[in-house]
Amino acid sequence: MSTTLTSKHRSTLRGGHLPKWSPLAIIAGSVAAGLGISAAAGLHSSIQWALIAAVVFVVATYGIAAKVEGRRQAKDRIATSLIWVAFLLAVIPLASLVWETVKRGVKVFDVYFLTHSMGVVADTEPGGGIYHAIIGTLEQVGLASLIAVPIGVLTAIYLVEYGKGKLAKAITFFVDVMTGIPSIVAGLFILSFWILILDMGYSGFAGSLALSILMMPVVVRSTEEMLKLVPNELREASLALGVPKWRTILKVVLPTSIGGITTGVMLAVARITGETAPMLLLVWGTNFINNNPFEGPQASLPLYIYQQYANSSGANAAYDRAWAAALALIAFVMILNLVARGIARWKAPSQH
Amino acid sequence: MAKRIDVSGLSAYYGSHKAIDDISMTIEPRTVTAFIGPSGCGKSTFLRTLNRMHEVTPGGRVEGKVLLDDEDLYGAGVDPVSVRREVGMVFQRPNPFPTMSIFDNVAAGLRLNGNYRKNELNDIVEKSLKGANLWNEVKDRLNKPGSGLSGGQQQRLCIARAIAVEPKVLLMDEPCSALDPISTLAIEDLIGELKERFTIVIVTHNMQQAARVSDRTAFFNLAAVGQPGKLIEIDDTERIFSNPSVQATEDYISGRFG
Repeated sequence: MSTTLTSKHRSTLRGGHLPKWSPLAIIAGSVAAGLGISAAAGLHSSIQWALIAAVVFVVATYGIAAKVEGRRQAKDRIATSLIWVAFLLAVIPLASLVWETVKRGVKVFDVYFLTHSMGVVADTEPGGGIYHAIIGTLEQVGLASLIAVPIGVLTAIYLVEYGKGKLAKAITFFVDVMTGIPSIVAGLFILSFWILILDMGYSGFAGSLALSILMMPVVVRSTEEMLKLVPNELREASLALGVPKWRTILKVVLPTSIGGITTGVMLAVARITGETAPMLLLVWGTNFINNNPFEGPQASLPLYIYQQYANSSGANAAYDRAWAAALALIAFVMILNLVARGIARWKAPSQH
Repeated sequence: MAKRIDVSGLSAYYGSHKAIDDISMTIEPRTVTAFIGPSGCGKSTFLRTLNRMHEVTPGGRVEGKVLLDDEDLYGAGVDPVSVRREVGMVFQRPNPFPTMSIFDNVAAGLRLNGNYRKNELNDIVEKSLKGANLWNEVKDRLNKPGSGLSGGQQQRLCIARAIAVEPKVLLMDEPCSALDPISTLAIEDLIGELKERFTIVIVTHNMQQAARVSDRTAFFNLAAVGQPGKLIEIDDTERIFSNPSVQATEDYISGRFG
C-alpha cells in the first residue's frame, strides 16, 4: 500500500543516477574531441590536445551530471574530476622523467659500470664506470648524516620536550631560515670557513660539512613533528610512575616515534644525496678511486653526472654514462625511501 | 605501607590563574576518598598536586603544604620523581605504552627506574596483574601489545602498572569515565580490594560511584567561572549523601543548582 503511494510521488531520496561506466565514457569522448579539434585546427603538440581534452572532460562531466543527477551531484563530480586532472598533471612529468632516465640509462648500466672507476678511461671514450662516485657519495652522505642526525634529533627533542621562551623561539626561527638556504650558499660558507680560513684542502669531508648544514633543518623539522604526535598521556603515565624526564624521553617518547623519525631522516638523506653545487666547490671531483673522505678530491654521483656532461664535448659515451649514473642515483634514493617506509611500518606501534 | 596525606592551605596556579584556593584536608591511610564537584572546580588539579604532576603542566605551581606521613612533598630539596614513586596515578583515559607488551607495560615502572632484580620481575608482574584482576585474562598473551586489550582491560593494565612500583598512595582521575558499566564494576570491585593495601583518592563525576566505593567524600565547588575552586566540605560518604552540613552539597548531590 505504502509502496504504491510513494511510487506515485517523486522520491526525495532517490534521484537520477549516471551509470558506473559514465566517467570512462566521458574520458573517451573528451579525448576524441581533443584529438578531433587539434586535427581540425592543425595543432601538433600533444600538450595542446591533452589540455583541450581535459577542459572538455571537466565541462562535459558537469553538463551531463547536472542534467541527469542534479546540480549538487554535478558539483561533486566536477570536484572529483578536477582532482583527477591535477593528479595526472603531477604524475605525468614524474613518470616521463623516470621513463626517460631508465630508457637512456640502461644502455651502459651493468655490473661492470657499477664496479669500475674512470681511472683509465678518457671522458670521451666508452667504458669506465661509477664505482669511485658511489664510494664518494656513500662516504659523504654517511658522514653528513653522522653529523646532522644527532644534532638535529637532539635539537628537536629540546624544542618539543624542554624548550620554552625566547631561546626555543630563536632556534625555531633559525631552523626555518636554514631550511631555505640554497645549497650553493652552504657550499660557499664551508669553502670560506673550512678551506680558506682553516686551510684544510678539498676533501669529501668538506662536502659532508656542507651537506650536514642542508640536512640539519630537515631532520629537526620532521623529528619535531613526530615527537609532537606522541600523546601527552604517555609522558604523564611514565612520569607518574616516578620515571625521570630524561628516561621518559629515552624509553617512552623516542621508541613511540622512532618509526616516523627514521622516515624523516631517510627523506633528509635522500634530499642531500642529489646535491651538486657544494660538491663542485668542496669535493672537486676526480676520475680515480679515493677511499679516504678526509684527504684529497673525491667523486660523487651528482658531480659525476655533471662532469660527464660538461667535460665530454658531446661524446655519446659520456652522455650514456651520465644517464646511467642518474639512473643509479634515482635507484639509490628510491631504495632509501623504501627502506624508510619499511622501518616506519615495522616500528609503528601495532594494535594486535 | 599505606600513608596518610595531610594537606594544609594548598593553592594551585596555572601561570597567574588561581585554579584552587586554600584547601586543607586529611586523608587517612587505607581508605578511599572520593572527590566530587562540577567540571572546572579543581578536583583534578588538586589530585595532581598530591604527586606533583601539576607542575608538569607549563606554568603550574603550588603554594601550601602536602604532608605524606609528616614529610612535606613541597619541602626544600624534595625530588618530584621520588614523590611520584610514593604516590602513583591512574588517568582518565587508559594509556598503556603502545610500543610495549602487556608484560613490559607492567614492568615499565621498575625497568625504567632501574631498581629491580631480574628474577623478581616475573613475580612482581604476576602479582600486580593479579592485584588488578587482570591475570586470568592476559596470562596467555603477556607478550602481545597492551593496546590490543579492550578499554576496561587497558585501564586495569594501567592500574597494574601503577601498583607494580608499590606506591603508598594511589590517585585515580576519573578512572571509569571512558569505560562501559561492566568494566566500571570490575574497577570498582578492584578499588575495594586495593584499599587494603593503599591509600586511594579517586576523582569521579558519577555520584553513585562515589557512594559505592568511597569511605570519605569531598565536595568541591567554584563561585563562578574563572574563580578558583574551593573545598566545600569533606565528611564520611554516608553523611555527605544523607545529611550534608552545607546546603550547596545537598543541592549538587540531589541535582538542584543555583
